[in-house]
Amino acid sequence: MQEPTNDMVLNLLQETFNDRILKTEVVRNQLQIEVIGTHVYELIKFLKDDERCDFSYLVDIGGVDFLKNGDGPERFGVIYILQNMNNYLRIIIRTYISEEDLEIDSLTPLYLAANWAEREVYDMFGISFKGHPDLRRILMPDDYEGHPLRKDYPLQGRGERENFSRYEYYEPSKV
Amino acid sequence: MNIMNQAKFDKIDPIALKEEREKSLRTVSDQNGEHMIVNLGPQHPSTHGTLHNILELNGETVVKATPVIGYLHTGFEKLGEHLDYHQFITVTDRMNYLSSMNNNIGFAIAVEELAEVEVPPRAQLLRVILSEMSRIGDHLACVGLQAMDVGAFSVFLWCWKWREKMYDIFEHTTGARLTTSFARIGGLAKDIPEGFEQMATEFVENVARVLDETELMISRNRIFIDRSQGIGILEKEIACSYGVTGPVLRASGVPYDVRKAHPYSGYETFDFEIPTEPDGDSYARYKLRLAEMRQSLRIIQQGMERLPDVQGPVIADDFKMVLPPKDNVYNNMEELIHHFKIVMRTHGPKIPVREFYSSTEVPNGELGWYIISDGGMFPYRIRTRSPSFYNYQVFPYMLEGHMIPDVPAILSTLNVIAGELDR
Repeated sequence: MQEPTNDMVLNLLQETFNDRILKTEVVRNQLQIEVIGTHVYELIKFLKDDERCDFSYLVDIGGVDFLKNGDGPERFGVIYILQNMNNYLRIIIRTYISEEDLEIDSLTPLYLAANWAEREVYDMFGISFKGHPDLRRILMPDDYEGHPLRKDYPLQGRGERENFSRYEYYEPSKV
Repeated sequence: MNIMNQAKFDKIDPIALKEEREKSLRTVSDQNGEHMIVNLGPQHPSTHGTLHNILELNGETVVKATPVIGYLHTGFEKLGEHLDYHQFITVTDRMNYLSSMNNNIGFAIAVEELAEVEVPPRAQLLRVILSEMSRIGDHLACVGLQAMDVGAFSVFLWCWKWREKMYDIFEHTTGARLTTSFARIGGLAKDIPEGFEQMATEFVENVARVLDETELMISRNRIFIDRSQGIGILEKEIACSYGVTGPVLRASGVPYDVRKAHPYSGYETFDFEIPTEPDGDSYARYKLRLAEMRQSLRIIQQGMERLPDVQGPVIADDFKMVLPPKDNVYNNMEELIHHFKIVMRTHGPKIPVREFYSSTEVPNGELGWYIISDGGMFPYRIRTRSPSFYNYQVFPYMLEGHMIPDVPAILSTLNVIAGELDR
């Protein structure tokens, strides 16, 4: 069977999802595709199930906050990296989500790896994944407020340690 | 040793397979009709790090395991947005402190690919040699700890001794044992010192002997085999669906190695093989790590043979992008200016505005960096795809159906580093 290449995958996607793909580019032989958030599940399902593409391996899911550089059409972005396990072709799918409606379809019905990866994006950015079986915080404590990787969350500052309910300041005994 | 080019996948739906197994396990209950809950960790001597598992037991059999992670969360990705590209190299040391050299080099390669910096051949060769040494050190620690967790303490001591020698070489070369910070964007911090060749040759000879001794001692040991064969089986379909990489994936029969799949630093010019094991149990992972160390020794030997012929600088001379060598900074005006232009705020290296994912093979698997650059001095976002995060996700699956004493025995074969897991 013919192994997928960047051009082939690009042509297939443009045939199937012609106007729903916002932008495509090839950076140093790496195919990067931008798609509207509501269509990302459909697109990845196609990439996984289509025998010519066969992207059966989810490498990573990451979130981005575009607050500062104003680059994206919306504030938040989610990045998916997929890989074909026969010739190890990689594809990167970027999608944007608006701040008002922070929800996107979960990939857990397709890949087992998506479970923790989506939990981390939820924890760090507050993006919720529709259809996720166990959407809890993963790195931060359950009673933590705020999403640390958002650009408006400070790197340093007060008001963080006190958030822990069980945390009590050590008061030195008075002589 | 079984060498394959491509894995043959059966048409199994991994998600259905997992659910079916969970269903069959979780219906079983003990006489009172309920399961006992045991917390393993976060502080437990057998977990080799701050890992917490909530185990649901039926008798002594684990029917459900829920890992709780995040105890070592340090915010490395957040820090990366506030440190410049050179400063972040020191942070990568702290992610996987067992193989910090691989992490340094992996991050430097990611930035080089993003900014299209050409690395001189000597630096590439030294990177290969040093990262293979670090890989051997990491695997020695893992094999030693795996043996120790099932009671074979002497193997641990043998392995640890030559891991210490690896640290001696690193100390001699970089000045630091654990957190080396030796890679720079565009090359290495400095050339290797005198005496490196001799130390490396001695290391290669002795590690080969240690591997033979280890194999003699535990590969056919009844107790070790009983504790590891058939324990923690991971099917390759499940492993792929979970995004598992590295020795854990190859021990399940999938020959995916970034060094072959997406070659970097001239790995394509070396003659080495990707060993795989078909079984996917703890014993397969042990055998695979031994086989991989032998391949790493081969790579180091080939690299040491080439080293005298490959001379030249160890850092690119593109001083708009890379830090100039320290000797020149102290003695030449021009290099001093370049140094300040790179280090000072509002100047910095010229990184093009783009996003790029690049990955390297660290001892635990695929370490990937998705870097978004907005053209400024600091990266806009650094996403780390850490191998331990994805390898640990599969841990409950491997555990369920086994007994409590198997929990540490399986955990040590995954070689999960909490610093990298929680980042």
